Amino acid sequence: MRLTQGTFSFLPDLTDLQISSQIEYCLQCGWAVSVEHTEDPHPRNTYWEMYGNPMFDLKDAAGIMREVDECRRTFPNRYIKLNAFDSTRGIESLRLSFIVARPQEEPGFELLREEGPGREVRYSMRSYATRRPEGHRY
Amino acid sequence: MKRIGDRTASNPAAERYRAGVLKYAQMGYWDSGYRPKETDVLALFRITPQDGVDPSEAAAAVAGESSTATWTVVWTDRLTACDRYRAKAYKVEPVPGSPGQYFAYIAYDLDLFEPGSVANLTASIIGNVFGFKPLKALRLEDMRLPVAYVKTFAGPATGTIVERERLDKFGRPLLGATVKPKLGLSGKNYGRVVYEALQGGLDFTKDDENINSQPFMHWRDRFLNCMEAVNRAQAASGEVKGHYLNVTAATMEDMYERAEFAKQLGSVIVMIDLVIGYTAIQSMARWARKNDMILHLHRAGHSTYTRQKNHGISFRVISKWMRLAGVDHLHAGTIVGKLEGDPNTVQGFYNVLREPLNPLDLQRGIFFEQDWGGLPGVMPVASGGIHAGQMHQLLTYLGDDTVLQFGGGTIGHPMGIAAGATANRVALEAMVLARNEGRDIWREGPAILADAAKHCTPLRAALDTWGEVTFDYASTDTPDFVPTPTAAA
Repeated sequence: MRLTQGTFSFLPDLTDLQISSQIEYCLQCGWAVSVEHTEDPHPRNTYWEMYGNPMFDLKDAAGIMREVDECRRTFPNRYIKLNAFDSTRGIESLRLSFIVARPQEEPGFELLREEGPGREVRYSMRSYATRRPEGHRY
Repeated sequence: MKRIGDRTASNPAAERYRAGVLKYAQMGYWDSGYRPKETDVLALFRITPQDGVDPSEAAAAVAGESSTATWTVVWTDRLTACDRYRAKAYKVEPVPGSPGQYFAYIAYDLDLFEPGSVANLTASIIGNVFGFKPLKALRLEDMRLPVAYVKTFAGPATGTIVERERLDKFGRPLLGATVKPKLGLSGKNYGRVVYEALQGGLDFTKDDENINSQPFMHWRDRFLNCMEAVNRAQAASGEVKGHYLNVTAATMEDMYERAEFAKQLGSVIVMIDLVIGYTAIQSMARWARKNDMILHLHRAGHSTYTRQKNHGISFRVISKWMRLAGVDHLHAGTIVGKLEGDPNTVQGFYNVLREPLNPLDLQRGIFFEQDWGGLPGVMPVASGGIHAGQMHQLLTYLGDDTVLQFGGGTIGHPMGIAAGATANRVALEAMVLARNEGRDIWREGPAILADAAKHCTPLRAALDTWGEVTFDYASTDTPDFVPTPTAAA
């Protein structure tokens, strides 16, 4: 199963050159780039772990790429994404967010159904990976 | 003019209110020296007076009939601060290139309107006046809603920014598809289309405007099957997905019941049609805000009054009203698809729906600066006859904050529905990637798509099937303006 969260998940994994030119674009737009990682890819998991604060003052794509690289080396088998934050009034949110690294195996999600009265079903989904404790999931 | 009695001739106020008929301009509805206040509601009408009717008198009549006037003098005006309550036509100018038509600017005092009520606003502005005999035709082209009035509305239940955060989808337009055929599928087969399209890569699928609760599929059955499909697709992709469950029904009670059921089943979005009326729309917006639900509005019926330039209401005005009313999604045209849509005019609608401030922009049909006072934006929806081969045009014309809906362009794919969805998603992501890399997607679009198709057979098949399909007809609803020559020109 391929997790398709993020802006470019339907394309082949981006090369470092491609990642770098997206970073350039974000910097040109005046957005702050940040790196986040997780072992819990549930789509409602809003808070991935921050790999440091958003790099508001780093205006150099090569420097940001080094951060991405460092995160990938520290967590070689996790989901890692790159976010771009726009502080313009009325937006004050992400403008771009895409996966730059993923675990070798992606077991995906189990869909749980709890049958209720009539034909009603209460749905829930659970990542197969999160059955194991943090640090041992992938 | 027939006047009764003449004992009051020496007193101007008494003279003014003597029983009888006066011209609207004489009654005080025309004031060329009037300077609109910051808090005035402004309206721009395109008027086509009957032969022999003076344009400024026609404009005054529109001002009168859309505010305090009736056809004759009434003495009871004198019990009110009538000078303040009278709308004032303050400018009339000929429409460029359209003999016999005039743009009439009219200002309304804020106190004429109930706070937070689209029904009340529209009952004045388009209430009686469109049937007025001295005019051959009348069109409401644009409005300026003062911030003081905008602030009395809650606005979109969710708004574009929060919608993206809830869905966890950034940096690209959202993708959708309307289930086809729009009528006749059973609930089980209908849900199949939803599942295939969502797991193939779309973010949303959609009920069509006329899918409510018919003999072939009752609403509860549709909701149950669609939510099974949505949840299966979420588990298959790890993404948040949604199906716009159309809760349009005969009564508010029915609509609330259907919306509550959608919520109970875990849907992130419900849908209504424009034909339910402004009050019902505002009620559903309030419900959606209260229940953390995205509210999709299909503009069913609008072309009956938005399409012809001489009579009716411009869709940019409907867009403004719907942003006030509080919907999160509104169909606003595709430019390149099968339905009416001049590029500049449609971009005007998009800007009205999603920008924090609209500057005066005659080229896009925007006649007033509009400050939205922090009201969240509405996500415009592009739907009707679009396909993956147009992705570079769609992205260039419409930008990122939009939902691109490929109904036929997903479900009609030669390799199946999921393949159709994948083709659209890959085409979109490839185009966004290329644009961000600084490539000229307008010119290189077809090459970018062809490259992406090398690693995506479904996209290749989509391009082979629809690559050449265009809908090239002249638009009927285009802006009328004379470009101001610049010094350099």
